[in-house]
Amino acid sequence: MKQFLYFIRKEFYHLLRDRRTLFILFGMPVTQILIFGFALTNEVKNSRIAILDNSKDEATKTIIHQLEASRYFDIVEYLHSYAELEPTFQEGKIRLAVVFPEQFQASLLHTNAAPIQLIADATDPNVANTLTNYASAIIMDYQSAMKETQDFPYTITTELRMLYNPQLKGSYNFVPGVMAMVLMLVGAMMTSISIVREKELGTMEVILASPIVPINVIIAKMVPYLLLSMVNIASILLLSVFVLDVPINGSLSLLVFECFLFTLTALALGLLISSISDSQQVAMLVSLMGLFLPTIMFSGFMFPVENMPIPLQVLSNLVPAKWFYYIVKDVMIKGTGLETVWKETLILFGMLIFLLTISIKKFKVRLE
Amino acid sequence: MSTAVKVEHVFKTFQSGKTQIEALKDISFDVSKGELFGLIGPDGAGKTTLFRILTTLMIANKGNAWVDGLEVMGDYKEIRKRVGYMPGRFSLYQDLTVEENLSFFATLFNTSLEENYDLVKDIYVQIEPFKTRRAGALSGGMKQKLALSCALIHSPNVLFLDEPTTGVDAVSRQEFWELLRKLQLQGITIVVSTPYMDEASLCDRVALMQDGKIMDIDSPKGITGKFKKPLWAMSSADMYKLMHDLRADERIDTCYPFGQHHHITFKDDHQEVNPIENFLIDKGHKGLSIEKIEPTIEDCFMELMNR
Amino acid sequence: MKNGLAISVSDLTKRFGDFTAVDAITFDVKKGEIFGFLGANGAGKTTAMRMLCGLSLPTSGKAIVAGFDLYKESEKIKKSIGYMSQKFSLYEDLTIRENNRFYGGIYGLTDRQIKDKTSFMLEHLKLESQADTLVKALPLGWKQKLSFSVSMIHDPQIVFLDEPTGGVDPVTRREFWTMIYEAAHRGTTVFVTTHYMDEAEYCDRVSIMVDGKIEAMDKPAELSKQFNAKGMAEVFVQLARKAKRSDN
Repeated sequence: MKQFLYFIRKEFYHLLRDRRTLFILFGMPVTQILIFGFALTNEVKNSRIAILDNSKDEATKTIIHQLEASRYFDIVEYLHSYAELEPTFQEGKIRLAVVFPEQFQASLLHTNAAPIQLIADATDPNVANTLTNYASAIIMDYQSAMKETQDFPYTITTELRMLYNPQLKGSYNFVPGVMAMVLMLVGAMMTSISIVREKELGTMEVILASPIVPINVIIAKMVPYLLLSMVNIASILLLSVFVLDVPINGSLSLLVFECFLFTLTALALGLLISSISDSQQVAMLVSLMGLFLPTIMFSGFMFPVENMPIPLQVLSNLVPAKWFYYIVKDVMIKGTGLETVWKETLILFGMLIFLLTISIKKFKVRLE
Repeated sequence: MSTAVKVEHVFKTFQSGKTQIEALKDISFDVSKGELFGLIGPDGAGKTTLFRILTTLMIANKGNAWVDGLEVMGDYKEIRKRVGYMPGRFSLYQDLTVEENLSFFATLFNTSLEENYDLVKDIYVQIEPFKTRRAGALSGGMKQKLALSCALIHSPNVLFLDEPTTGVDAVSRQEFWELLRKLQLQGITIVVSTPYMDEASLCDRVALMQDGKIMDIDSPKGITGKFKKPLWAMSSADMYKLMHDLRADERIDTCYPFGQHHHITFKDDHQEVNPIENFLIDKGHKGLSIEKIEPTIEDCFMELMNR
Repeated sequence: MKNGLAISVSDLTKRFGDFTAVDAITFDVKKGEIFGFLGANGAGKTTAMRMLCGLSLPTSGKAIVAGFDLYKESEKIKKSIGYMSQKFSLYEDLTIRENNRFYGGIYGLTDRQIKDKTSFMLEHLKLESQADTLVKALPLGWKQKLSFSVSMIHDPQIVFLDEPTGGVDPVTRREFWTMIYEAAHRGTTVFVTTHYMDEAEYCDRVSIMVDGKIEAMDKPAELSKQFNAKGMAEVFVQLARKAKRSDN
């Protein structure tokens, strides 16, 4: 036992003395969360818009008020006629104009339908798209609020995405994605590198020629990175909740348990990589190409898996990060419990057992 | 049991791409308890492979070996407790201090520095002043002593040292061999390899290895004693020309540069040296010196290679 | 080159902060001489050699290498010298021919010259059949001979050898030294640094550095006489034991 504990202590020395790597390992989740949360988000904030209200009634006032209250829009102009629209766009003063027809509230109350025209500057189609989406969402909100109070007949509104993200927050998707990425990187890459480094140094030869049981070597190598990963999870969750305002809707202990499970899977993958690599360079490349890229591509957090060709969809099932991403999205954002994610959890668990078994079997007690 | 290491007809091949490399071809030898045994040979002779088989890190294709009375295949777990091993490219943990390295290797073998302090004392006192220094910041000689301490810390019965003196300066090498002698007095069997022929004379017995084969096994004296031809050392002001002239002469069998001299054997063992001397004087050599000498291990090694 | 000197060094000093790695060394190396540059680990050998190769500037002192001033003409020096070490030699994953083309190209040889040099070299080393073999597939001894030849591909005036023959079998080693003798005979100056005293014995003259200073410099035979020693190894140990500096 003392032997094992000292081995772990030694691993911590390595980890703590390589300041630069340590800094990257702790800094990475923080920067990634911040980059994805703020810089790379497809949210468009404080966009300048104009209003052309031809109706000027109760309903339009409420909607305009809600648009103004949202942090996505700044109303910079109140226009008086269609003629003013074009010059305002051309001067670049606004990116979106909201046009209410005459008799807006009246037609809404009588026919249960009233058009609102959203005119966007589509020179940047993505921004235009996002802005119209935001504006529609706010209008839909109003509509559904009206329904509840005034007992209007049932109408179908809103798309699925907005159900869980009423403010259309981009960060919601990124948080589970970044978690998967960071855990994969820290777990798999760092573990494999730390084992392969000993092979390169030649110390592995001495360790193998000593009476220590190989399984102890493996576990001792994993412990520091398991701990480091848990610290990273904590920092990601804290940043999400307190900086990005992404709440944890489900059970925190379930979330932590799932993270723990996924981290172990990553560590087992790292172990497997170390047994097939002879140099740190190879270990790093295999981890990056074999794990990191699939995590980004196939977990669904960058590109929706449903839109991929069938063979790729099938392939994506092999990527542990995909299941983890589902789980975290469900538990953290939708706030559901084990009853909805037990299948994914079982899959991850199966993967862990499988990987651990072959990597321990492959871990050689000899040099060849 | 007076045999510490026994090797019987060991063969080892590696697959490298499409070609098979025969690293060891029918190696057999015994090392007695308490002996300082040297494996002498250039890189690629198979020394490291042999060490790895003896330290249970590799399995021979054919043949068998025993260390401390235990079979290397079946009893590998027990052997690992009883041997100390210092691999050739062993470079310790650069980011751990001297003390941490030593404690790590001690705990690896379920012991501690305090427990076996007596054994490593002689070596450790030399590196103790630097015990809080990181191993990466030690000099070559210090690193080598630390590595030896790490290999010794669990009081092994047999010590395997693979090229411990490669890349270390002459002073450290000399000190290192003195340490090995002291360890031998404590009853530890030592098997050491080196590519440097001059170190062979410091061993009790040596095996001369080349191309995966043992060419000869004997005490250093025994090996040089087998060199039957008379050997001459010659030098002149122009060593390069001297070599050319000698090699061109048909009475000369071999002529090898040996530092400040050339070592020469004649085809005929009874060849008189005077005619050769006159021949060289005629060729215009100045400051000629010719002397009959005793062969070194290196002379014998080359003679065996040429057979 | 004036006075037939390949290297002329006076009071060459290199300081790193308050640590004097090389302490006012003075020596000359004659053209065509095989000069051994010895010293314990950390005696300052490597630092001195780096300066002579134009890789690092001295703190003070004078040095003329291959007829060029070390301070002003380091680029010209680099063109006039060759370098070979046991650790770094050839690219293992390139063939002999490709290595030649690469090094020839670095030194600005024309394609014609590279081709001629390559065929001459292969013939001389009897490696014609191996021209398109990857270097890693060659035995160590061949690699070293080849790497020496490649370091001479641009006919340098001086060739620096860093522990050239470590680990090679004794016969190949002698073939290697024969090549060095030949090069010196053709007028190339050979500057050897080594830990191994038997390598030192081959040199025309050797210098021994202790703690940044040159403590002895002469023919190996003379040094042995002077220190009443059997060979260079003894001379070296006598001198290096005095060293106070624990290296690095």
